[in-house]
Amino acid sequence: MAEQFPELINMRQVRISIDESFNWIVEHWGETLEQIFLPVVHLLTAIENFLLWLPWYVVVAIIAGAGFAATRSWKIAVGLGAMTFLLGFFGLWEPGMRTIALMLTATLLAVVIGIPLGIWMSRSDRVEKVTLPVLDIMQTMPIFVYLIPFVMLFGPGKIPALLATIVFAVPPVIRLTNLGIRQVDREVVEAFTAFGSTKRQLLFGVQIPLAMPTIMAGINQTTMMALSMVVIASMIGAGGLGYQVLQGIQRLEISRGLLAGLAIVFLAIIFDRIAQAYGKRMQQHLHLGH
Amino acid sequence: MAEQQTKISIENVYKIFGPEPLSVLDRVKGGASKTEILEETGHTIGIRDVSLKIEPGEIFVVMGLSGSGKSTLIRHINRLIEPTDGRILVDGEDVLKLDAEELRHLRRYKMSMVFQRFALLPHKTVIENVMSGLQIRDATRQGLLPHKTVLENIAKVLRFQGASKSDAYDQAQTQVELVGLKGFENQYPSQLSGGMQQRVGLARALATDADVLLMDEAFSALDPLIRNDMQDQLIQIQKELSRTIVFITHDLDEALRIGDHIAILKDGELRQVGTPEEILIAPADDYVSRFVKDVNRGRVVTVGSIASEYPTVEMPTATYSDAVAKLKASVGNTVYVLDKGKPVGAVTTRMTQNGRDLSGTINSHDKLDPVLTVDSETVIEDMLTLAVNSDVPIAVMDGGALVGGVPRQTVMSALVRSEGGPEATGSAA
Repeated sequence: MAEQFPELINMRQVRISIDESFNWIVEHWGETLEQIFLPVVHLLTAIENFLLWLPWYVVVAIIAGAGFAATRSWKIAVGLGAMTFLLGFFGLWEPGMRTIALMLTATLLAVVIGIPLGIWMSRSDRVEKVTLPVLDIMQTMPIFVYLIPFVMLFGPGKIPALLATIVFAVPPVIRLTNLGIRQVDREVVEAFTAFGSTKRQLLFGVQIPLAMPTIMAGINQTTMMALSMVVIASMIGAGGLGYQVLQGIQRLEISRGLLAGLAIVFLAIIFDRIAQAYGKRMQQHLHLGH
Repeated sequence: MAEQQTKISIENVYKIFGPEPLSVLDRVKGGASKTEILEETGHTIGIRDVSLKIEPGEIFVVMGLSGSGKSTLIRHINRLIEPTDGRILVDGEDVLKLDAEELRHLRRYKMSMVFQRFALLPHKTVIENVMSGLQIRDATRQGLLPHKTVLENIAKVLRFQGASKSDAYDQAQTQVELVGLKGFENQYPSQLSGGMQQRVGLARALATDADVLLMDEAFSALDPLIRNDMQDQLIQIQKELSRTIVFITHDLDEALRIGDHIAILKDGELRQVGTPEEILIAPADDYVSRFVKDVNRGRVVTVGSIASEYPTVEMPTATYSDAVAKLKASVGNTVYVLDKGKPVGAVTTRMTQNGRDLSGTINSHDKLDPVLTVDSETVIEDMLTLAVNSDVPIAVMDGGALVGGVPRQTVMSALVRSEGGPEATGSAA
């Protein structure tokens, strides 16, 4: 028999102390943290209520309209509208709207946090060196691990679901903001520096506009990751379409799982199409090439 | 003081690239070689002990091949790259001592820059293609914003100076017309040809009214014909505006064509500074002479610079025997006969050998060998036919006065080699 790995330290003890210190945080800071994140919940609830308040045909029209505005193609616009219609047709309108609300809120907050972080990272090699491995870890860590601390802090519900989604979805927008700004041609940055541009003028007048297509690609990826996380977050009380899938597993109802699954695919297509087309329009706006 | 006349004075500038440049500065100053420093310390010497004086209103060309440090040197002047050691005075003020705010002021009002437009992108990688950064790079190669029109691009740098929007656009419009882009104001850079994009870059640099214009290989990536046009245009604009221009190039023909003075750099060291003719006629070392070997001298060397002195006699007082005496006393074979300071003919050795009647005073030029005249500023390419058709050395005039003569052989040899240069010694027939 192979020799067993020796126990170098008492790992059980270490685990207990990690758990205990986190428990201490939960006990002493749980309430405060909940207070801090209250506005976020309000935002989420407001978006959710608004989407559910809108008549269904208005939502269909908005999505088809956004599709047309981004792609200038009637076919795609009608297709996206039809997918939204099918959401209701499947009897999944309410969970669908809740999922959209959660995804949009998470994406919005991820962008608000991620773009400034990406800008900071692009301006300092040291920050980039520290941040990149952290982002790698965030993206490779199994998704379920995120759920644990948030559930402990806030208990099952929408806040932990939203926060776990943000943490999971934020890396692409940080990464691609950093990359986009760093990729802006040295020549153009040098040229504007040579004409006496301040760092601020350079950032807002040159670097961000030229990095915009790349940043948009990051936002698109973040949206998709938020959508995939929203499904998993249903395990801790996010509700929505993910909850339908979860019920399908628990009750072994293939129809419930399949329809909810299809609905999620529709949402992914809708948001991906709109975001991608918007990114392309932005590139055209930059007048690249002939 | 001499320093105040000089526009830009570069004094003993060093640039060392690497983690701790100051730690090896003393060794570099002590004369350690480039490879020695690189192998022992991992530092690269970019510029070594370069001093230059650039006078107001001139086009000063810094010439060198890639890796010679020319692009680094020009970036020291507006501190896009910080030198490791030395002083750089602009109008007597050391730019290396400016703080961030003062430096910005200098860049906004005193200096502007025209950048190279790269023809190829050898460094593109798969990831850059995927992330679409490449396309952005394509469009911004000459340092213009792709999503702004010609006019907006120029107006933007004027806004840095605090100009109002309408003033900035008015001034930008003037510059666009000056560089011959009227009608293209509202086009985007990607809609313009390479030469036109370069003109936008030039217009932007001229727009700020800075006295110093730094041009980094501004025309290098253009087609030869367009490049010639741009050079002519620059010379033309310079005649009107008389800025101080520091021009970087790797093309000696270009340097000779536009430069009032040329500095030749190799491996970060200054090899020679001089006027185009000085560089051609008296290369300082082997490196420079190898460089100038293939140049079309005919377009650069002026007659004045190769003229030599010839004896003269004055009509109508001089006699033929005076002329013959002078002829015998000189090394040349020609004596010019002047009428009120102007050469009207020549007495030559050939005339004496032909046994012509050479007595009495010279009272008409009928009997003399005919003499052709040329202005001393003429480049020899433009007087080749004259030279070929004249047996008598051509008289070189400067503002109506005779300054010397050039025999046909001198013209020919000036075309092919430098006098006194390494190749001049052996081969002459």
